[in-house]
Amino acid sequence: MQETIVGAINDALHTEMATDEQVVVFGEDVAESGGVFRATDGLKDRFGGERVTDTPLSEIAIVGGAVGLAMYGYRPVAEIQFSGFLPPAFDQLVTQASRIRWRTRGEWTAPLVVRTPYGAGVNALEHHSESLEGAYGHIPGLKVVVPSTPHDAKGLLIAAIRDPDPVLFLEPKHIYRSFSGDLPEDSYEEPIGKAAVRRTGSELTVISWGAMMEPTIAAVENYGVDAEIIDLRTISPLDHKTVVESVKRTGRAMIVHEAARTGGFGSELVARINDDALMYLEAPVERVTGFDIPVPLLSMEDYYLPNPPRIEEGIRRVLDY
Amino acid sequence: MNNDHKLVASVGADQGRISQENLEIGLFQILAPDGSYNSEAVPSLDDDAFRELYRWMLVERTFDKRMVKLQRRGQIGTFGSGRGQEASIIGSGYALKDDDWLLGMGREAGAMFLQGLPIRDLILFWRGLEDANREMAKHNQMIAISIGSHLPLVTGTAWGMKLADEDNVVTAYFGDGASSTGAVHEAVNFAGVLDVPAVFFCQNNQYAISTPFEKQTNARSVAQRAIGYGINGIRVDGNDVLAVYEAVSEARKAARAGNPTLVESVTYRRDAHTTSDDPGRYRNESEVEQWQERDPIARYESFLRSEGLWSEIDRETLVEEINDEFDAALAAADEYEQRSVDEIFEYLYDELPPYLQRQLVEFKAFLEERPDAYDHIEQRVKG
Repeated sequence: MQETIVGAINDALHTEMATDEQVVVFGEDVAESGGVFRATDGLKDRFGGERVTDTPLSEIAIVGGAVGLAMYGYRPVAEIQFSGFLPPAFDQLVTQASRIRWRTRGEWTAPLVVRTPYGAGVNALEHHSESLEGAYGHIPGLKVVVPSTPHDAKGLLIAAIRDPDPVLFLEPKHIYRSFSGDLPEDSYEEPIGKAAVRRTGSELTVISWGAMMEPTIAAVENYGVDAEIIDLRTISPLDHKTVVESVKRTGRAMIVHEAARTGGFGSELVARINDDALMYLEAPVERVTGFDIPVPLLSMEDYYLPNPPRIEEGIRRVLDY
Repeated sequence: MNNDHKLVASVGADQGRISQENLEIGLFQILAPDGSYNSEAVPSLDDDAFRELYRWMLVERTFDKRMVKLQRRGQIGTFGSGRGQEASIIGSGYALKDDDWLLGMGREAGAMFLQGLPIRDLILFWRGLEDANREMAKHNQMIAISIGSHLPLVTGTAWGMKLADEDNVVTAYFGDGASSTGAVHEAVNFAGVLDVPAVFFCQNNQYAISTPFEKQTNARSVAQRAIGYGINGIRVDGNDVLAVYEAVSEARKAARAGNPTLVESVTYRRDAHTTSDDPGRYRNESEVEQWQERDPIARYESFLRSEGLWSEIDRETLVEEINDEFDAALAAADEYEQRSVDEIFEYLYDELPPYLQRQLVEFKAFLEERPDAYDHIEQRVKG
């Protein structure tokens, strides 16, 4: 069947809730209205109010509550309505979720999923457009996943729910409904911590994830370079091997992300490439990213986001070096 | 000896216990839904002020209606209407002074206009122009989109007023949903400890997007929480403009004396949460109709009639005037053209650091070299 990314997420939740009775879903507006993006549509009708719960506006309690439920043996899937509202719960991610297994020497674990729509490009209000995957990827003990296709969204979300450790599942809302793709009807997992090669090529390696995959692919095709395109899919743990081996083959690398540049996840990728593929490089690793500013309000946000022309300029710089 | 009250021993089953029943709070009301009122409780305002209150409620209603229409035509982004909350917004706003601070959440347009913010600037805000926030700041105003995140700032600003020995106060506008956030609990409690001139004005409009108040908290009211925070609270009929005005005026007075107040204004959002929301999914039409019968503007109109103040008011002419004002504001917003990419780089720091300057220079050069990038940006579907 053909599905959008948000449809695939909905499908994954239905599939996994039917498979595992320990899975519970909660968050703001997820039950009665089916979520502001309809990601949790139909879950309450099918699985009941005990397992699908509307919560008060309490991000700290939603994430911290998920940790407690997980410690007690449940498989909580909590929704934070927009990733811009996650920072109040940052404390719970850093101080609790990521450390339960470590602190209790494995006696307790926190197999929870926090799902949240993230990123810019939908002309939303302030605090609705952040890309902070670099900050979350910096927390040891927390897994950070970003799908970019309907197929991956379903497989990665099911894997995240089954994962024995806490997973932050960032959903690129800009592409929630912008295209449909093949979606298997059965239950399946896509491995967390494994990048996908979206296009093979020999002249350049382009690494991206989430909503930036589409403009990246468009730019590569428009430029006509024989580039290998890697969709990272997981920020943490990083599939360092796929990246490095590709760069060793192509000799050139470029990273595209919409988050601000300084300290963004691209910086980590450059460091890894320098560590393990420096002598193979024909040019410095190029980054095309958001600027070091907050995502602008809606009238100017498209000036912030990397787009195919900006990515093409980046390709030119790497090739012409 | 002075601390003995903290150590009074409990004897008997009821001692030392408290339950929800102990916190049954009534609703402060002057003007009843049927139009009757207690004339002794009517605030002492002159006739012009009574008529102004009416006009301002019409401003709020007209603004909300026009903005929803603009959003439907794609001329602004997502918008949150305050329709149904006119008495709550205007009654509170009218009690504030020009040099008071107002840190809000977006559903209090009329209160912001009352403090002198031009309508144009609020149109620009919902259009997503950074400069709109600067104009608000000039009027001691700010809108926080991240729910409840501004209340600690309210406490801090009020603290500053206390330290500077000023006569003004800070009012926080927030919703019933926000009252569940951690930031709000910390901020109001902190304000109580510091004795600062803050008014915490919660518009309980019954819904946080789809979540009704009874699912937001098991407490019976927001006002009762004041006790836990160590301050005073009041629960006021938010569809009664006179009661809201009176309650916030009193809260303002108390704030200046170092006693912050938590005001819960009980009202109803008749429109969607925002233009992106479909309330048909979570509430039924009969409930909306019930609240329509408590319409704050109609209720106030009957008061003005009883007081003999109505004969001088021509509602149609007023609405026409307000629509003309809105037209002028919209035209001014349409003409607002000082746009360039510089604006999104400016003001992040006092001085643009070199690395950011370099990003700006390179981006401008890129836009010169690649006019197709402009096309790409400008042609992308908005909204």
